[in-house]
Amino acid sequence: MSTSLSIQGPRFGALGVYALLYLAFIYIPVLFLPLFSFNDSIYIAFPLQGFTLEWYGKMAASDGLIAALMNSLKVGSAVAVGATILGTFAAKAVTRYKIPGRGPVITFIMIPLVIPGIIMGIALLVIANMSGVGLSLYTIGLGHLLVSTPFAMLIMVSRLEGFDKNLEEASQDLGESAWSTFWRVTFPLALPGIIASLLLSFTISFDEFILAFFLAGTDTTLPVYIWGQMRFPAKLPAVLALGACILIASFFVVSFAEWFRRRGTSPQTSSGI
Amino acid sequence: MSDNDFIWIDAVTKDFGEVRAVDNIDMKIKRGEFFSLLGPSGCGKTTLLRILAGFEAPTVGEVYIDGQPMSAVPPHQRPVNMVFQNYAIFPHLDVRQNIGYGLRKSGLTKEEIHAKVDEMLEMIKLVGYGSRRSTELSGGERQRVALARALIKRPKVLLLDEPLGALDKKLREQMQLELRALQREVGITFVFVTHDQEEALTMSDRIAVMSRGQALQVEEPTELYEAPNCRFVADFIGSMNFFDGKIISLDNALATVDAGPLGRVSASNPADHVTLDADVLVAIRPEKLSITNEMPDDQANMVAGQIGPSAYLGDRSHFYIKIDGRDEPVAVASQNMERISDRFSGGTDRQVWLTWSQEAVVLLPPE
Repeated sequence: MSTSLSIQGPRFGALGVYALLYLAFIYIPVLFLPLFSFNDSIYIAFPLQGFTLEWYGKMAASDGLIAALMNSLKVGSAVAVGATILGTFAAKAVTRYKIPGRGPVITFIMIPLVIPGIIMGIALLVIANMSGVGLSLYTIGLGHLLVSTPFAMLIMVSRLEGFDKNLEEASQDLGESAWSTFWRVTFPLALPGIIASLLLSFTISFDEFILAFFLAGTDTTLPVYIWGQMRFPAKLPAVLALGACILIASFFVVSFAEWFRRRGTSPQTSSGI
Repeated sequence: MSDNDFIWIDAVTKDFGEVRAVDNIDMKIKRGEFFSLLGPSGCGKTTLLRILAGFEAPTVGEVYIDGQPMSAVPPHQRPVNMVFQNYAIFPHLDVRQNIGYGLRKSGLTKEEIHAKVDEMLEMIKLVGYGSRRSTELSGGERQRVALARALIKRPKVLLLDEPLGALDKKLREQMQLELRALQREVGITFVFVTHDQEEALTMSDRIAVMSRGQALQVEEPTELYEAPNCRFVADFIGSMNFFDGKIISLDNALATVDAGPLGRVSASNPADHVTLDADVLVAIRPEKLSITNEMPDDQANMVAGQIGPSAYLGDRSHFYIKIDGRDEPVAVASQNMERISDRFSGGTDRQVWLTWSQEAVVLLPPE
């Protein structure tokens, strides 16, 4: 109600200016990426020199960059699926069953959220070395799983708490076992949460730097690769081109997620009588 | 097994940690009966219902439905269905899918399921609502969908957990009658949980009044109201005036009680616990007391008092009469049969007399 009222007010007051500045603060730095990715100069500075697609060509031709991107996609996908599965079951357990020591258990799952990444990175590196597990994409993935699972669990807990436990009981009452109840009721109702959890876990893994830096073997993920490229100014514009591509891809992913979320909650989906 | 013990709750106790929610309940429910579990919140009525549904296992005891012990049968295989308090309509499915939900494993073809759902939509008068979602339904419509969803399974027993609690008064009264008529029509045994005594009286064949996990009295509505067996039941169903008393004479059909401020009270057909010299609790319903302006001739079963506060409720009025030797006023309900009854209004502190018949007096065991 209050938002619709404020729209009725003056069209462009102090709040409007504030909102514009706010949006500019968030988006202008990001928009420099696509802007300079078309700039015909290796130096990222004004004035712009002219339009070119050279950097996109270089990006496509850079084996190292493409390999790092692929590594990141692989690790991110695996982490998204893993964290979401673990998070969903953990959330189901703490919201549906009376578990002894429920409080401490939740706290222990949440602790990785507040441990500084650098501490975690060193600790995991020490463990990896002591146990003799070689550093690889797997160690990066396990590190990312550790930090994404609490987020996945938080999302799933809020989703599962948001719907009535009676719905699952009603399903059992109507003849479905616990397992088929999960698939006919719990899963469809939790789906928007699952999608959100997949996207968030993927994003966390995709742009995570510190753990990946410590735990990388010969294969690196994209952030670590980009950091390595900073020493060579000539290679930077190709990174900008990649950044622009990722930006567009994220735009579509987020739009899809939002569309899906609305579809999941909107009551206006019945298809006529 | 006969029709009289279609459901047999055999010495069932349920503990949640330290708390005893259901305390050694032994109860038999007849086939085709509309049976209510009535009590204040926390009395164990919902826990007992959930034990019947299989969502809780009894700590001690066994439940038999149609002769079969239920403890080893999980909820999804029991011949019972439940209407939940908040209806629990699946929000991701439409009305048609909700009603047909339980028929997936019935072995019926899609066409047969469709026809059965149509039949149900007709029964609950929601034809044309098949593709709506629960958010597009009113409270009363949701309640009907929940009912249809449970009844389509043709259960032996239908469990209802305060299904009318969320509806407004008018709709609730209408649904009470509809539910009662529906139960007669389908002939399924209903076990109905409510904390609303009026609702229980209106709908039930028999009522179990529960308190602190125990069933205090299991009786037909009239019997429960007119012949309660303890103070709790007398107080919970309707309202009641209580007086302490002692039996001073007793023959077969008539007991005389010395009830202190109330004077001598005679009561017909006393219960078994009434013996000579025994302490008793004298209970009289407010509507069974009459107020008169003149002192009655008969000196038994009457008491003098002054008019205290009163409340006008439209169809009836409540008066609170102060009598000597008692702090708590005596409640009297009288029907407003005249169009405007100012017989006693404006007359606070005026002297009146209360009278009652010996049939109106109930003698209860003392606390």
